[in-house]
Amino acid sequence: MDKVERRKERLDRGIKVRTEGIYAVSSWQEVAYLVLPRLVLIVGLLLLPLLIPALGFSLYWNKVISYVGIYALLALGFDFLAHFVGLVSLGGAFFIGVGAYTAALLNKSLGLSPAFTIPMATIGGALISTLLLLPALPLRGVYFAIVTLMYPLALMRIIEALNIFGGTDGILGVAGFPNRWIEQYLIILIVIFALFGLRRLVNEDIGLVFRGVKDNDQSVRASGLSITLYKAIAVFIASGLGSLGGAYLSHIYMFSGISLFALDFSVIPIAATVIGGGGTLVGPVLGCFFLVPISEWLREFGTLRIVFYSLILMAFIMFRSEGVMVYAQRKYHQFQRWVKV
Amino acid sequence: MDILIYGIINSFSLALMAIGFTLVYGISRLPNFAHGALYVITGFLVWSLINLLKLHYALSIPLALIIMGLVGAAIYRFVLIRVRGMATSEIIATYALGLAILEFLRWGGFKGMTYTLPVFIEGSTYIGGVPVDFQRIIVVGIGIIVVTFMWLFTHFNKIGLAFRGMAQDEHAAMMLGIDSDWMAVIAMGMGSMLAGLSAIALLPLGNIVVEAGYNVLILSIAVCIVGGLGSWVGAILAAFMIGFLQIITVAYIQSHFQMVVALLAIIITLILRPSGLFGRQKELEERV
Repeated sequence: MDKVERRKERLDRGIKVRTEGIYAVSSWQEVAYLVLPRLVLIVGLLLLPLLIPALGFSLYWNKVISYVGIYALLALGFDFLAHFVGLVSLGGAFFIGVGAYTAALLNKSLGLSPAFTIPMATIGGALISTLLLLPALPLRGVYFAIVTLMYPLALMRIIEALNIFGGTDGILGVAGFPNRWIEQYLIILIVIFALFGLRRLVNEDIGLVFRGVKDNDQSVRASGLSITLYKAIAVFIASGLGSLGGAYLSHIYMFSGISLFALDFSVIPIAATVIGGGGTLVGPVLGCFFLVPISEWLREFGTLRIVFYSLILMAFIMFRSEGVMVYAQRKYHQFQRWVKV
Repeated sequence: MDILIYGIINSFSLALMAIGFTLVYGISRLPNFAHGALYVITGFLVWSLINLLKLHYALSIPLALIIMGLVGAAIYRFVLIRVRGMATSEIIATYALGLAILEFLRWGGFKGMTYTLPVFIEGSTYIGGVPVDFQRIIVVGIGIIVVTFMWLFTHFNKIGLAFRGMAQDEHAAMMLGIDSDWMAVIAMGMGSMLAGLSAIALLPLGNIVVEAGYNVLILSIAVCIVGGLGSWVGAILAAFMIGFLQIITVAYIQSHFQMVVALLAIIITLILRPSGLFGRQKELEERV
């Protein structure tokens, strides 16, 4: 009995190759191939707040959409830092906390409305986070991860110990949003813009430098570019996204306190990125749409939900570390066949 | 005198916590973020062996240590071996594992004042006019024994020497016939046992609480980073530095700042001297 040795061969689909150049506009089929996935995502996101009451879910789930958006921003920041710049940040809660406190302080002490505090907290929070992380930027790998893990904890303990910014009680009575439609649609629009903006960014020249920093920072340095500067820019972008989420959250909760440095904000974005597919930017957003509702649904089980998504995270990283979106993209762009060896 | 004696005790506690972490990282380059969880789980294991299975205290300690060793080896063999060499995945996998264990214990109701381990010997004595209970003296004793044992083990034992070989150059060690995965399994098992030992020595001083897991993780990372990862001398020196700093902060400033000291020590060390006080191996290429 002779054994036939065979292996799987992967090839790009013809339509993918045809749509790479300007000729993509020559037929509707090819235009659809390019536009459809993006359109489905955008339209789906925009319809979501309308669908929820229509499908009979309670108003509470409309609130969950805003949370999903905030986590999606964090996850985008994490994916961008980890897979395009090579900085693994375990401190998503740090960005959230800084943004939330900045927005709450601006709102309470200067009396500014959310329309001003959110942009100001985004820029201000990003500046503060970048300045605080600046000393840690030369580090990489495990060391950067450890330091970013420490930052939210340190900030939390310092606020507790010095009893500043309302101490353990936090800042109460922050202004809320005028109505829930603005609350939901604003964050969805922000997420869409952040997603496509980041995708554009990583394909520009600066994105190339970012990847250079990740893969071989010595060669970037040899080209006469400052690694620290580019890392600072990347951290500024990611922490801006996080601070935006934090500022948004403090206006939704109408409260800002040390609970915003909680572990959830550090773990869920990482889990969403791993499940959704690191390095795709879309994956983490979709991962959040899967994980955050589950997490809210499991809220009554208390901390068991952290156990739940830690285990999902472990399972994915052990067995399917490429994530869902990488798999989906491969299926969309390529086909497989068996060939004899 | 207060500060001197309690500083020494605190330093030895820190050294005990950190030695397991530094062993695993030094040998297999695996940052074991589940270290704190292993520490807490040992506490509960001993507690349940005593209170649920009604075993004798002296019997449940070695039993718990052996189980922890097996748990550690199993964690490497079934989880970490799959992500070995991918730094990001290693961090995320161990971090997730630690979180899962700790939050599961928290959900299971292991919190509050109800869970305590008995001390080894009751009572206290006076050293230079300062009251010190026997358990704290035992902690110092165990600390000294463990440190000496680890030094002897890594210098005069075949497995210990293989550990050091792996730490210095894994590829060269593999060429000389050292099985790197097997060594990593042993290292992880020993690391978990050491985490368990520190838990058994330190937990009788207070309650078994889940939060201790996070604190132990932070403190051991602090000690390892300040001392320079993979360096025994550095780790012990760093334990003394942070230990005394903490006691001084508690005595003169406020006990709230105890953890802040450790966190600031990490951040300042990484900024000023990224390789730590005594870090030598591969420090430049991998950190900065």
